[in-house]
Amino acid sequence: MFSYCVDPKTLEGFMWLSCYVTTAKHMSFYFSFLVVIGLLSLAAPLAMAFGFAGATATRSSLSIIRSLGKGYLAMIRGIPDIVFFLFIPIALDQAFEYLRHKVLCSDVTEPIRQGNDFVVCAAAKLPLNTASEWVHDIYGFSLALLAFGFVFGAFAGNVLSGAMTAVPKSQIETGEAYGFSQRQVFRRILIPQMWIYALPGLSNLWMILIKATPLLFLLGIEDIVYWAKELGGIKTGVYEYPHPDWRAWYFGVLMIFYLSLTYLSQSVLDKISARLSKGQATMAGKAS
Amino acid sequence: MSSCFQSLSDYGLRSIGYGERLLPKSDITLCEQFVLIGSGMIWNIYFAVFALLLGFFFATVLALGKNSNLPLFSAPCRLFIFIFRGSPLFIQFFFAYDLFVILPRLGFDIDLGFLVVTVETRWLTKAWLGALIVLFFNTSAYAGEIFYGALRAVPSQDLESADAFGFTGIKKFRRIIWPTMLRLAWPSYTNEAIFMFHATTLVFFTGFPAWQQKGDAIYYASYFADKTFNPFIPYPIVGFYFILLTLLIIGLFSLINRRLNKHLPTNERKRLRFNKYNLIR
Repeated sequence: MFSYCVDPKTLEGFMWLSCYVTTAKHMSFYFSFLVVIGLLSLAAPLAMAFGFAGATATRSSLSIIRSLGKGYLAMIRGIPDIVFFLFIPIALDQAFEYLRHKVLCSDVTEPIRQGNDFVVCAAAKLPLNTASEWVHDIYGFSLALLAFGFVFGAFAGNVLSGAMTAVPKSQIETGEAYGFSQRQVFRRILIPQMWIYALPGLSNLWMILIKATPLLFLLGIEDIVYWAKELGGIKTGVYEYPHPDWRAWYFGVLMIFYLSLTYLSQSVLDKISARLSKGQATMAGKAS
Repeated sequence: MSSCFQSLSDYGLRSIGYGERLLPKSDITLCEQFVLIGSGMIWNIYFAVFALLLGFFFATVLALGKNSNLPLFSAPCRLFIFIFRGSPLFIQFFFAYDLFVILPRLGFDIDLGFLVVTVETRWLTKAWLGALIVLFFNTSAYAGEIFYGALRAVPSQDLESADAFGFTGIKKFRRIIWPTMLRLAWPSYTNEAIFMFHATTLVFFTGFPAWQQKGDAIYYASYFADKTFNPFIPYPIVGFYFILLTLLIIGLFSLINRRLNKHLPTNERKRLRFNKYNLIR
């Protein structure tokens, strides 16, 4: 990075450190912090969409959709989220490849599952063997993102369906008395009023989501945990910048990163909550 | 069917080191997956039960400390709760493991004047102790925050009545404050307990090694998913075990909840409902 970094072995003290923290690998490490922020900003709306669909499904008039929705919201309560994080990406990957195999290679008659192998034709591979590195990265990240969306969608669905039932019945009945259709009641009365009830739960969820982001590591993505392990490990003399086991330091940095992120989020969420409570028919609203 | 009994005797206690040394490698049967993953549940239960038992008492201390008027007590409790609630458990595991690894090299002799005590640190890098400590601190912080909230919500009339009856100090806490605090905190604490059981699945994905392949349920599940390249069998098995476990915890905590609410008129009693979205996290 700096001009004096050409021969790190001759450097000492601050000069050495300034060169050390600006190596190409460290740049990848810093970039992975952006990946965390990116994941957060993409997973949150995706989870809201999943959750909204789930919560709406539990109020459907069709019993099959209703039970599907309820099953989706209930399963997250009993099963650890890590199971889903491990299961969903590989299951989706196999499902996509299976479908592509059936469509693209219909002439191949051999079974896809051969003993302990999962064999699809070359054209059905995802991403294709010929695809460049970044396509693989994007594909892996998208699968991880879907897993996050699915898991946190179930969390959010629980919050939203709780909020929908918390809207006073009389409000809905008033709407019906004015001749609103079911759909109008849903869109004009239920949805606008549910947010204040959903807010505490959604704030909690945001904090849980932040604290779940390092699980990207389990999905084989080169995230901050990967780089902290990689950079912190013992570097012997053959490396340009030899150092002892510094992993505890690197994970200390990650601890501080997450602590500031949650602290910042909490203070913003508190402000939003105070603002939205104003004038609402809740205890917090009455107090102000 | 007889092969199923065979796998039960081979792998039933594999996770704690009894039975067949080698894990199944080829021709993996459904029985083997069920038995070995179930055997791994021993670790999940071990971690969660001990972390919760120890954490329950420490959480009470933390809640009382945070509620104290003296900054000398409240500041460290606040800091402890902030650190463990504000950072991911996953990172805490890595951080703690790497700290534990360098500890013995630092050396640890406590000189008491008449004899030198060497603090044994090598067990800390083993999952059974190191990971348990992290889980214990983590659940203490979360439960401490729950208990603190409940402590603040104890009705002031209860305290005034206690004063009127001449209750003071330990007796007032033991007979009046503590039971009410527990009763108010119980639904959230149930959630925390369930979350703790679920959080134990992280242990063997962090630095802590599964020595001689003695791992927890999800360790074996991911082993099978890797070997058979078929995720559709082992992961649903883990899910099945955890649903059973969750139902068991809810049942157990409901019993305690009933006991805590026994003195209330029936219409004021609250049924325990588990809502993961109600988590104080």
